[in-house]
Amino acid sequence: MNNILVMPMIIPLLTGIILVFLRHYIKTQRVLGILSSIATVVVSVLILHQIQQEGILRLDFGGWLPPYGILFVADSFSMLLVVTTSIVTGILLIYAFSSIGKQYEHMFFYPFVFFLVAGVNGSFLTGDLFNLFVCFEVMLLSSYVLITMGGRKIQLIESIKYVTINVLSSWFFLMGIAYLYGTVGTLNMAHLSVRIAEVGQGPLLTVISLIFLIVFSLKAGLLLYFWLPGSYSAPPTVIAALFGALLTKVGIYAMFRVFTLIFYHEPVITHTAIGVMAILTMIGGSVGALAYNDIRKIVSYNVVIAVGFILAGLAISTEVAFQGAIYYLIHDMIVKALLFLLVGTMIYLTGKAKIEEMSGLIRNYPTLGWLFFITMLSLAGIPPLSGFIGKVFIGQGAIESGSFILLIAAFLSGIFVLYSLLRIFMNCFWGETIINEDDDVPLKKGMLVPCILFAIMTIAIGIGVEGLAPYVTDAARTLMNPEIYIDAVLQGNR
Amino acid sequence: METLITILVGFLVMIAVYLLLSRNLIRVILGTAVLSHAAHLLLMTMGGLKKGSAPLLGEDAESYTDALPQALILTAIVISFAVTAFLLVLAYRTYKKTGTDNLQQLRGFEDE
Amino acid sequence: MKINDVILQTVTKIVVFIILTFGVELFLSGHNNPGGGFIGGLVLSSAFVLLYLVHDIETVHKGIPFDFKKIAALGAFLAVGTGIGSVLFGKHFLTQAAGHFNLPVFGDTELSTVIVFEAGVALTVVGVVVTIISTISEDV
Repeated sequence: MNNILVMPMIIPLLTGIILVFLRHYIKTQRVLGILSSIATVVVSVLILHQIQQEGILRLDFGGWLPPYGILFVADSFSMLLVVTTSIVTGILLIYAFSSIGKQYEHMFFYPFVFFLVAGVNGSFLTGDLFNLFVCFEVMLLSSYVLITMGGRKIQLIESIKYVTINVLSSWFFLMGIAYLYGTVGTLNMAHLSVRIAEVGQGPLLTVISLIFLIVFSLKAGLLLYFWLPGSYSAPPTVIAALFGALLTKVGIYAMFRVFTLIFYHEPVITHTAIGVMAILTMIGGSVGALAYNDIRKIVSYNVVIAVGFILAGLAISTEVAFQGAIYYLIHDMIVKALLFLLVGTMIYLTGKAKIEEMSGLIRNYPTLGWLFFITMLSLAGIPPLSGFIGKVFIGQGAIESGSFILLIAAFLSGIFVLYSLLRIFMNCFWGETIINEDDDVPLKKGMLVPCILFAIMTIAIGIGVEGLAPYVTDAARTLMNPEIYIDAVLQGNR
Repeated sequence: METLITILVGFLVMIAVYLLLSRNLIRVILGTAVLSHAAHLLLMTMGGLKKGSAPLLGEDAESYTDALPQALILTAIVISFAVTAFLLVLAYRTYKKTGTDNLQQLRGFEDE
Repeated sequence: MKINDVILQTVTKIVVFIILTFGVELFLSGHNNPGGGFIGGLVLSSAFVLLYLVHDIETVHKGIPFDFKKIAALGAFLAVGTGIGSVLFGKHFLTQAAGHFNLPVFGDTELSTVIVFEAGVALTVVGVVVTIISTISEDV
């Protein structure tokens, strides 16, 4: 029994609820928000350590033993993501203090951020497919509210598409769950894995697995990313950063979980499909990132490219590739948040969003310019920064398994990422300055500090990667050997 | 019985897809509502329809129907209820702001 | 637009109480029989919606001066709180307890902590539904 496991979900949830009562006490809301983020980080780090000592942990809700009850399962993979989520949200909250504005703070901005985090952490931790659906919905409902908050015209228009697409994918999810329950009669992930291994993954189960592939592709933005750039560039900076850093990652996590634990018997069909989709995603994302002049769009397409890159790791499906994917996932959550913040700050400072309308920003805001430079290098995978290690491992995995097309696509997409961001850097930061001394909008400290924190994190992960290595190795080992997970969950009562 | 219900589910999905593809915002929302009901019905059918008496303690029966799909459906209904309600509010706000409920006219967005 | 519908108003005065009673009945019967927090909450909120239909929003708000968003939050707090409560007693999260008690008037009664959880659910449903309805109708 490890009641601590539920804390990464319950702390944000309770904080959100309490903040609803404190609607008009904004100072209190902020303090409570930061305190709760810190608490979540501390608790998740504790759990991560406990896993290293005691193996995979599980918590049966209400004492109902699996496979009968629902449960939370924490392995290194999910906990690494929970830790990163909690840290990223904490830092984004600091940015929100100085940027989001009174109107949002009165309209329950903070509570919904915490509900979103509760949903995200719940999705990472749950060991039950239907519970995963519920946590997805908690997350999505909060994201619906966050994306519409403020009620600008473009937000409303974009959110209609966003909500409809997500309702559709939720429908697919429910349908997949229904078929799966009808076929094997259980929804506990570990138990599902056992049952499917027993009966063999026949054509019927493979089709069901493809339904899940569609569902998670829609959520993660794998090939079915057409809704993503529009809706990620509509809301205010902090919310866009939250979405860019967290939402697609939950889809990616679910895909890893389902296709390494449950449907791993027919890699020729499922993993090839993922591989092809990943390649197409990287191509499409690269085209999008080069085609647009709106910096928010460029950044949103960068999210798409990263999704393709991480899932290339899943398609390769060796332990090294998994390690790479996990490193890259963590790196991407941090750096995408930073990238969205930087771009949002640029728009805030200049009031413009097109690259040709900005120029010479580095003269006015040198720190911002160099931060952007670091972000760019980190995303491109230059050695001392955090993107490097993930790329190396995924590349190594691709070479070992002979998936050379994936390898080429993955590394070409890296070049396109670099080029698309370099375009922003050259056009917006270099050249003649457009802002003269008088109407120089001061860059608020509250906006710069979170960016610097993120930049420090990407450098720290890049340099201190050895500290992270044991956790990531353990996570990749668990992904590679589903038996470990199953044993920990079912422990003798199969 | 299961076959019949499955055909009904297909019929509901057909209606839902037709509604979802129309240009009227309200019809799209109705489409999502019908779609979710189709999913609930499918969920119930997949658990087996009538294998025993209702899963209630008071029934004192020999065998009971699987209670899990019903629990799942209840949860799913709550969620789809919330989403539909949200969509209705959203549609209303959008109509107020843009003055149209025609999705064709809500395409893309010009720079603000 | 002001409609003065005497028949509806008179009927509502009685019907609202019937609906509220029915909602509580559904809520309480939910332990072992069909019913429970969600359905009870929906029925309860339908009573409020009926009030909104018959009278205008200001009148209803004067009569029921609650912020329904806060009621929803209170409900969610109760529901999550019962889960936390079991943690405090060193049990698994969300563990519920039940027992038979000899109460003065009711005799041997089964009391269970599920009722608190269900009350939370009911409050949340009432709060959310009424909030949605009033949000849509407020700025017509």
